[in-house]
Amino acid sequence: MSGRLRWRKFVSGFMLAMTGVCALVTVSVLFFVLGDLVVHGGTSINWNFFTKLPAPVGETGGGMANAIVGSAKLLALASLIGVPIGFLGGVYLAEFSGSTVAFVVRYAADLLNGVPSIVIGIFAYALLVLPFKHFSTIAGSFALGLMMIPITLRSTEQFLNGVPRALREGSMALGASKWKTIQAVVIPAAYRGILTAILLAFARVAGETAPLLFTALGNRYWSHGWNEPTASLPVVIYTYALSPYEDWHRQAWAAGLVLLGLILIINIVARAILSRGISVPRA
Amino acid sequence: MTPSAGPIASSRSFLSRLRHGDEIAHLITFLFAASVVLVTVLLVFVLWQQSLLPRHKFGFDFFFTRVWDPVSEEFGALPFIYGTIVTTAVALLISVPLGLGAAIFLAELAPQKISDTLQFFIDLLAAVPSVIYGLLGIFVVVPVMRTVIEPALKNALGFLPFFQGPAYGIGFLTAGIVLAIMIVPYIISVSREILLAVPREQREAALALGATRWESTWKVVVPFARTGIMGSIFLAMARALGETMAVAMVIGNTPAISASLFSPGYSIAAVIANEFTEATGDLYLQALVELGLVLFLLTFLLNGIARLLIVATTQKGSKTAQV
Amino acid sequence: MNAAARESSSPAEMRMTISKLNFWYGSKQTLFDVNLGIAANKITALIGPSGCGKSTLLRTLNRMYETVRNARLEGEILLDGKNILAQDVTQLRRRIGMVFQRPNPFPKSIFENVAYGLRINGSTLPVAEAVEKSLRHAALWDEVKDQLHKSAYELSGGQQQRLCIARALAVEPEVLLLDEPCSALDPISTAKIEELLVQLKELCTIVTVTHNMQQAARVSDFTAFLLTGQLIEFSPTPHLFTTPGDPRTEAYITGRFG
Repeated sequence: MSGRLRWRKFVSGFMLAMTGVCALVTVSVLFFVLGDLVVHGGTSINWNFFTKLPAPVGETGGGMANAIVGSAKLLALASLIGVPIGFLGGVYLAEFSGSTVAFVVRYAADLLNGVPSIVIGIFAYALLVLPFKHFSTIAGSFALGLMMIPITLRSTEQFLNGVPRALREGSMALGASKWKTIQAVVIPAAYRGILTAILLAFARVAGETAPLLFTALGNRYWSHGWNEPTASLPVVIYTYALSPYEDWHRQAWAAGLVLLGLILIINIVARAILSRGISVPRA
Repeated sequence: MTPSAGPIASSRSFLSRLRHGDEIAHLITFLFAASVVLVTVLLVFVLWQQSLLPRHKFGFDFFFTRVWDPVSEEFGALPFIYGTIVTTAVALLISVPLGLGAAIFLAELAPQKISDTLQFFIDLLAAVPSVIYGLLGIFVVVPVMRTVIEPALKNALGFLPFFQGPAYGIGFLTAGIVLAIMIVPYIISVSREILLAVPREQREAALALGATRWESTWKVVVPFARTGIMGSIFLAMARALGETMAVAMVIGNTPAISASLFSPGYSIAAVIANEFTEATGDLYLQALVELGLVLFLLTFLLNGIARLLIVATTQKGSKTAQV
Repeated sequence: MNAAARESSSPAEMRMTISKLNFWYGSKQTLFDVNLGIAANKITALIGPSGCGKSTLLRTLNRMYETVRNARLEGEILLDGKNILAQDVTQLRRRIGMVFQRPNPFPKSIFENVAYGLRINGSTLPVAEAVEKSLRHAALWDEVKDQLHKSAYELSGGQQQRLCIARALAVEPEVLLLDEPCSALDPISTAKIEELLVQLKELCTIVTVTHNMQQAARVSDFTAFLLTGQLIEFSPTPHLFTTPGDPRTEAYITGRFG
């Protein structure tokens, strides 16, 4: 083998090994993050964490009950706003619309998807905080709900379009109306993909902090109803991490572990649902 | 729901009911779809309208003024633009080789199952929220930067202006590194798809000429896919621009313009996050909104370019061998 | 079958020899005990119905099957008396070139496509000279000499295929493998390439797979007929097409199947 060829083969082996290193480094970050959260936050997850309100500044022993409930409320209302709009909008695109309107709607959804979450926060602030002169859960939910729309819409459209014509035609040949067909045949056939998309959208906004900073703001106590500012897990993590108190740092780690754990579980479940295959029988 | 076999009169009203049901469904779903467009238009309008004051007062000078002084009501965006550019540049310098390398490994080398498994983990990485990266940033990355990495860089490369000055651990470099980790999954996912879509025959033609696997990958497959890969980089840039929390937690939150990467700084998203609720007076608040508008326009542009580039590549695969 | 193979040429004129070749994709065997000699500076055609293994056989000659994960080979393939399975594959592929079924030029200029092999392998001549030489050998020089820096994708299908031939020729291979090189082309381009192959015999040994029997009859010196992974008959082309030895060969060439 000539020297030149020997060199080329060496370079080839080396560079290809380097690409493997790149892949390994990237993937290992995930485990590194999880590991750190477990190590630093694992011990702080106790009953107090889930049930107590934050203790006065400087004292130990508080918990994050209000943040957990706050996040739950925010996400529930956000889903109520974002999922129907995204889902029905997707149904419209897949089943009823003409191509020009479809293009405009898709373009708007893609645009919305690309807007940085802090800018969405500014929008929600201008719409729902400024005119009423106070922060609220509703404003926060609105911001998060907006962010759920694009993913839900595009995925609903995609999975509905994936349902074979044969299925639709079979239903309509039996005399079912278009809407009945969509309702009873098409949507059930695509439900896996749509459900996955909703779960993924949920997981995405569950971790969002920026849009809540000036909509739901934060709260050291319980938030009552929907019109008051509320604590949320991501914002509390942010606040506690930047504080000078050791105890708060500990709690921030614990909250991070809980939050990331939740998000990863939802992601894994969602992908598992999808990988079982689309629930349409093979021809 | 089969058509009733009754007299013609009742079947006609049945039919019209059917059509009625369809029309209502059409209308309702249309309204929901239209609301998406409405809300998007409203968003742009609100950003524009709520930034009126500073736009009138400062005009384009807003982008070139260094001073950000709420007390004297002088607002200049330059430090934030600078910080955003520097951190994004550092992030790209790290994440593009890393991401492209990983994508090449996943697309060209790894067997299907391993490639899919690793991609799954990378998708999970993309799902980690910004605030968690910030958490790790503050408590893990910053100490390492302060005690190990920055001093090492200073020793080795301290003659360059980038690596001079006191090393606090927070600052442009740290923020850039954290940002790099956050955008790498996007580069990998998109580039991997694009590399997988390169026709087999391109690879085979190179191998058949006696190229090594690396030569075939680097000199034929990757150039074939280069437009799409550029697209993935623009996409990553757009995400980097919008990343708020992690950057806000490690950049130091000081509106400084400095050549040194060790220096604390500020980014557009970070200043909005930190000062929005503290803003007193309309001009202050609207200056921050104007920054939000800038962010919106930049990400809009970058995402648009990215989309064009990626679409162009997927069409290229079918362009070869026009017979 | 073996008698027919040995009847073709004396061993001294064989550029490549295939002995007892068996091939599997995963657990499915696709080539059974193939023995074949490829005569130097002649054109050997591999014909047979779809799925008979002719492309698989072609791809063993430059070990291209190794890019597929589950492919497995047993047997011996000799190039000038040396087993190609024992050699370095990168080096081997410089000596045995390949042209594919659909033209697959690189996304580079016409010049850079031909130069690619030279740039990575090194060249005895200056690159520009070598490129011109290859393009002349591929009967493409006159058509492209003024547009060498244009993208290869601006050429017609037939021109792109001749470009791929020039690209393969640039590294001066001893053997050139062509996998149904004309199946994606119109009749005029096909005729040009057939003419070209006959001229190229002087430069190198040619093995071509074709599903077009008439092409094999027109162009090749030796023809091998394969059926479901077995070599049924192998003889000088005029002989095989006028007086085939095996009834299955006769059935195929008279169009009774395939």
